[in-house]
Amino acid sequence: MTPFWILAPVMVIAALGLLFARKAVHAALGLAVVMISLAILYAAQGAPFLFAVQIIVYTGAIMMLFLFVLMLVGVDSSESLRETIAGQRVAAAAVGLAFGLVMVTVVGQAVASPVTGLDQANANGNVEGLAALMFGPYILAVQFTAALLITAVLGAMVMAHHESLLPKRSQADLARQRMRDYAELGVHPGNAPTPGVFARHNAVDTPALLPDGSPLEESVSESIIGRGQVRSGYDDAVDDMVKRLETPEQTDEDGDGK
Amino acid sequence: MSEYITLSMILFTIGAVGVLVRRNAIIVFMCVELMLNATNLAFVSFSRQHGNLDGQLAAFFVMVVAAAEVVIGLAIIISIYRTRRTTSVDDASLLKS
Amino acid sequence: MLDLQWLLIAIPLASGALLLVWGKESDRFGHLIGTAASAASFVLGVVLFVTLMGEGADDRSHAVSLFTWIDAGTFHVEMSFVYDQLSALFVLLITGVGTLIHVYSIGYMAHDERRRRFFAFLNLFVAAMLTLVLAGDYLVLFLGWEGVGLASYLLIGFWQHKPSAAAAAKKAFVVNRVGDIGMALAIMLMFAQFGTSAIAAVNAAAPGATDTVTTSLGLLLLLGACGKSAQVPLQSWLLDAMEGPTPVSALIHAATMVTAGVYLVVRSNAIFDASEVARTAVIIVGLVTLLAGAWIGCAKDDIKKALAGSTMSQIGYMMLAAGLGPAGYAFAVFHLITHGFFKANMFLGAGSVMHGMDDDVDMRHYGGLRTMMPVTFATFGLGYLAIIGVPPFAGFWSKDKIIEAAFGQNLWVGLGALLGAGVTAFYMTRLMIMTFLSEKRWREDVHPHESPRVMTWPLIGLAALSAVGGVLLLGDWIVEWLEPVVGHAEHHELAVPAIVLTLIITAVVAVGVVAAVAFYRREPIAGETPADDSVSLFARAGRHELYGNELNDALVVRPTTHLTRLLVWFDGKGIDGFVTGTADRLGDTSQLLRKPQTGYVRSYALMMFAGVAIVVLCLLAVTLA
Repeated sequence: MTPFWILAPVMVIAALGLLFARKAVHAALGLAVVMISLAILYAAQGAPFLFAVQIIVYTGAIMMLFLFVLMLVGVDSSESLRETIAGQRVAAAAVGLAFGLVMVTVVGQAVASPVTGLDQANANGNVEGLAALMFGPYILAVQFTAALLITAVLGAMVMAHHESLLPKRSQADLARQRMRDYAELGVHPGNAPTPGVFARHNAVDTPALLPDGSPLEESVSESIIGRGQVRSGYDDAVDDMVKRLETPEQTDEDGDGK
Repeated sequence: MSEYITLSMILFTIGAVGVLVRRNAIIVFMCVELMLNATNLAFVSFSRQHGNLDGQLAAFFVMVVAAAEVVIGLAIIISIYRTRRTTSVDDASLLKS
Repeated sequence: MLDLQWLLIAIPLASGALLLVWGKESDRFGHLIGTAASAASFVLGVVLFVTLMGEGADDRSHAVSLFTWIDAGTFHVEMSFVYDQLSALFVLLITGVGTLIHVYSIGYMAHDERRRRFFAFLNLFVAAMLTLVLAGDYLVLFLGWEGVGLASYLLIGFWQHKPSAAAAAKKAFVVNRVGDIGMALAIMLMFAQFGTSAIAAVNAAAPGATDTVTTSLGLLLLLGACGKSAQVPLQSWLLDAMEGPTPVSALIHAATMVTAGVYLVVRSNAIFDASEVARTAVIIVGLVTLLAGAWIGCAKDDIKKALAGSTMSQIGYMMLAAGLGPAGYAFAVFHLITHGFFKANMFLGAGSVMHGMDDDVDMRHYGGLRTMMPVTFATFGLGYLAIIGVPPFAGFWSKDKIIEAAFGQNLWVGLGALLGAGVTAFYMTRLMIMTFLSEKRWREDVHPHESPRVMTWPLIGLAALSAVGGVLLLGDWIVEWLEPVVGHAEHHELAVPAIVLTLIITAVVAVGVVAAVAFYRREPIAGETPADDSVSLFARAGRHELYGNELNDALVVRPTTHLTRLLVWFDGKGIDGFVTGTADRLGDTSQLLRKPQTGYVRSYALMMFAGVAIVVLCLLAVTLA
């Protein structure tokens, strides 16, 4: 019983993390914790095969899939905590509490019959026992499951497939488009300068400086802008930095009196 | 025995409430997975209680179906994200109006 | 020859239809066609009459069936006509007086741009009236009955640009409908009781029917007759009907249509013979109308309305006579015919006066027209002498016989009729004095003149008939002539010799004349109608037509209006309220149910989850219980 009492609180806390985590990645981590703990509980309850499958399928495949999608969508996209539907949270909490209480108190008690244990069923080995059942009485279900998996694969392919409605644009098309944009919208036709050009501080997170000394935001990668990690390229900020770099002794003397 | 069932119920309820309160479609999906896992735990526990392997087999099938479902579900989320640039379930409120 | 009776109807009907559908080019000669049609009918009527005279006395009822009108199971109606002694007289009256009035109208309506249409309606009326009197089946009679009602409606409202005329037409129509209900119910009752509505069959079956049936039939027919003949209590429309052109008043509202009620009673004599109650009701109605009409005639200053009151009164005489049973039927018809002559004559005379006085109808604006309109005066004078019953003019013979018969029935009825004769003399003398004698009270710019010959010749013709109409009674000709139709009357010996009664009647008439002369020659007649509060109660009541309209308003119109309002209110608030209320409540409920439909998946999921919780609770409750 020990693993249970150790794992149960952990699992509940991790599950609650799903409810309260602001970032989707944290929620995913919480779910992973619950799943691994479940695998251990399976093992503790005489289901070594499920233990393995839980680890491989759930924690290995499904959770990876989740994380993969999260990466595609944007790892740090965190949702606003403001509830949009009036009373949704209160009602959900109330209903959830009521449901949980009923289930825990009544259903939990109602099934309190003597435990038979799996020693006899697992006598020939757990995997062999499951296999006997799976390819015995449940063979039809296995067939259907196979069909289901194939359908799911096809569905995923169809869904993820991006139908291109227009012919692929050639280099000439792109060049023409660029010139048209320049003519009509005034968009600069050439490449943006790489970050750090002419800047005192040469790094990818600092915008290039134009000849008049103003920073060019477009020169920095969009993902860096998205994370808000751009360093200002304005003159005064740079000048401050330069001053600090140019007079290390002075700063040092003032700092620790060497 | 009943402590396993109780844990299963708690996890299930947490998953259900999560479905209701979270707006990020991916998290909602995770909560659904949590509910499935909670039932799996119940299956396995009942399997031990009754001394046969049918419950474990059911849990196995749930896992297989869940795998298929996750594939499809995430594909849907991806394609919605592609067109709407969001994964919030509230934005897809086309049922009204 | 007698089979051609349907032509009597067909000629004016065809002419009327022709005039209605023919375009404007017929405006120049349309009136001639109309008159010719009426005249042709008259000529045919005379020929038929002569033919009928040639038949044996018991052989003079000639029935003809044109076609089967309605044939549905046991319900069988022939489009049948009967030409017998009674209808023969009516045919002559209608077509004869009708033709004269057509001729008169040529002049009277000369300046009306819708004259052609007027003649079309007149022809229509003649056709309908002939259908009524020739009908061999009550349903065919009803067809004519409604036809004359329609023609009357169209002609009263002929000057439809006048709101008063339109209202009068509507009133006549509506009041007539009340009577028609009686008529329709009577016909239905005949079908129910006798299985037929053929007049001959009904008359044959009536003596064998129970009292209840004959009494109901009699009273229902009387209701119909009251409506058509403007008898109390359905009298109110006749005075308003004077809004129509004067020839219409003469033909329809004096000579022919309004006597249709009398015709109906006489025609249904077997029913009335079988029911004492119905006959008594007819006598009462006739007597009351007789006196009421005379009363109104005394008080009206409008020459046409005074004459209309007189018409009511004279028809009252006819009704009274018809109510006396076999003893009176012939005299009722006799008075009807003589009245047709002299009243049409006087109405046309009044029209002639109006023609000369710029369509003014107020007798207080007349006076001294004797010299200006000699022909009109002379012809009107003859009609006057006839109506008040001066021997040997037509009215003397007919009215004398009726009063005599009334005394034979009951002393009080006789006295009432006698009083009516005196009052008739009074109001007619008043009318004569105010119009033709006395001093001139003309309005300015009025230049009275004699009417054109086309109008005076009919007057002369009718005046001549008024003078000599009494010859029909020579040797009791009309009584014997009608006997096969209306039955034989036992002759009652009166307490006093007939000649004494005649002298008394003449004396009463003389008293009436003298009273009027004394009253209206004593001092100059006022040029304007005196105000209501300056005249006696008696005159005031007469002026207001004995408050008949007010009575109708109070007893029928207002309660009906209130009932209608109540029903409308109930319909609006109750029935509609229930329906719309249900819809509104459903709408409100839907609004309430709409609230949870946020469109958010999570809301729906919450509801589903709550539902699951409830289902689990229920399951537990069932399991644990």
